[in-house]
Amino acid sequence: MATDPTDSAANEQIRLNQTAEKIVDPLVPAPYDNDKAVQPPRSGLRNAVATTTTYLVLTALSVIVLFPIYMLLLRALSSPLKYISAGQPLYPVSIEWDVFNRAFGQASLGRSMGLSFVVTFVIVIAQVLTSVLAAYAFAFLEFPLKKLAFVLVIGTLLLPIEVTLIANVEIIRKLHLLNSVPGLTFPFLVTAIGIFLIRQGFLGIPRDLRDASELDGYGHLRFLFKVAMPMSKAIIGSFIVIAFLGAWNQYVWPRFATDRGAWQTVQVALRTIGSENPGELNLGFAAAIVASLPLLALLIFFQRQIVRGLTAGAVKG
Amino acid sequence: MSPPAKAQTRRFGNKVRDAGLAYLFLLPALIIFGVFAYYPLYRLFWYATHTQSRFRNKPASYVGLEQLKASLTSNDFISGLTHSGLYMLYTVPLGLLLGVMLAVSTHRRLKGIKIFQTIFSSTVASSVAVASVVFITLVNPEIGYFKNVPWLSLRDPTSALFAVSLSSVWQNLGLTFIVVLAALQTVPDELIEAATLDGYGAVRRFWRITVPLISPALLFLGIVLVVSALQAFAQIEILTGGGPSGATETLLFKIADPRGIRPLGVRASYSLGLFVLTAIVAGAQYSIMSKRVHYGD
Repeated sequence: MATDPTDSAANEQIRLNQTAEKIVDPLVPAPYDNDKAVQPPRSGLRNAVATTTTYLVLTALSVIVLFPIYMLLLRALSSPLKYISAGQPLYPVSIEWDVFNRAFGQASLGRSMGLSFVVTFVIVIAQVLTSVLAAYAFAFLEFPLKKLAFVLVIGTLLLPIEVTLIANVEIIRKLHLLNSVPGLTFPFLVTAIGIFLIRQGFLGIPRDLRDASELDGYGHLRFLFKVAMPMSKAIIGSFIVIAFLGAWNQYVWPRFATDRGAWQTVQVALRTIGSENPGELNLGFAAAIVASLPLLALLIFFQRQIVRGLTAGAVKG
Repeated sequence: MSPPAKAQTRRFGNKVRDAGLAYLFLLPALIIFGVFAYYPLYRLFWYATHTQSRFRNKPASYVGLEQLKASLTSNDFISGLTHSGLYMLYTVPLGLLLGVMLAVSTHRRLKGIKIFQTIFSSTVASSVAVASVVFITLVNPEIGYFKNVPWLSLRDPTSALFAVSLSSVWQNLGLTFIVVLAALQTVPDELIEAATLDGYGAVRRFWRITVPLISPALLFLGIVLVVSALQAFAQIEILTGGGPSGATETLLFKIADPRGIRPLGVRASYSLGLFVLTAIVAGAQYSIMSKRVHYGD
């Protein structure tokens, strides 16, 4: 069972059995002493087998996950025509290191990356501001029609951009905002999820603290910036990271809120870069690599925030 | 300066001022939601009940619910629904299964396990568009590495949607892995050890203890995956363009209609169909969540 590479649960069992043996061992009566003498080397061997199996399973799974990424790198670096005439092997063929330069030059990858950064920053900053303010109102203020306002906010979860897409395109067209940063960002300046998450954070602040700041003569604004926001730093940080992820990865809206190539965000540009000329296919693959670099950096430096942000829904509900 | 006690009640207790401040704080959110979420919903109804002339300057004419009814019972809509449903079927169970497999296999103390965890969460860094470009290298009918594998063929209407769906499965692996691993880490070790002492085997331990304890995370993921399947678009446009012969046209693909073959009123009617589906999923999400809160008490 332990040698079956797909059954990682079996390894778990071996590990746990050993833990169990350790716990039970002192209670085992004398007759088992013989076994005990034999056991250490045997359990060492079992341990080694289990560990090796685990590593084999993990490596096999890694290969499956990484193979597509390897193929992308391979295709980006290989000369497209020579690679195909070489029979599409698993190694690069006549490497073209300047592919990234050419993607920035010929395919104006720089412009679409820049636009993506601008759009993403506008969306993230606006979402944090509007979410913090709205969350504060819901968490700390009493006002008429509060329930209705909350229902209206939550209700927008039923109206993702995919549902309202064609109506929103017409609205943006009427406002003459097609092919513009406002057009690309306006529908995303607020998000119910941000309001919800940050409100959750605010609600976790003990009442005593609010009473104490009241005694210190804090008004709402000072309480918000000096107490509530710093105390919800973790949750706001996680929200920033997932907001960045969402904004950077957008495809459907920027695809239809623009009809000129110059206004394509990088995700939308990926559809066409290098697709016209078979000899330039690798430009598109190189562009895909470049487009993922900001998120890769995010993943490396803000791993904890990403995990917290992505699991917030699963844990908090 | 007014006396401190009075100042305090004015600062926090003043009902009128609090309400004013609340509305001020809510104003940006309510304006944006009004203009770009609720007003568009009204516009969808308007488009669905009017037929638009091909020429934008000619006025639209009111047709009542006729167009909506005809659109939502058309073969075109049903086929979009079927493709979206199949996409769900291909991506959700497989995505969950693989996510759990990856998470379970790295949920242990082992040298270098961090490296594997990083590898498994790496696809979080890929967008739908990037994942689609990645899968061009694998399944594109001319240059893909697996172009000769029949069950991954984008040229065959029976396999194309499945081949496309694998790009979503791969892209979602990072998310499912991260969420399931986080859930596994909340399962107390003592519980597993106690079950082991009680003679539970690995399989029984997994199904009887681990799965129930991580089920909230699995439900959450299930809903996220269902929603993202409902909203599949970029992968279709980039990998197949809806082809071969419309076999990969999902509901959203028909709504977005990149080639502009459907009238606005029809696409608005489809959008309302998608709205209802989204509402059903959200309703399921809500009832599951509230049940879970109950369970937690």
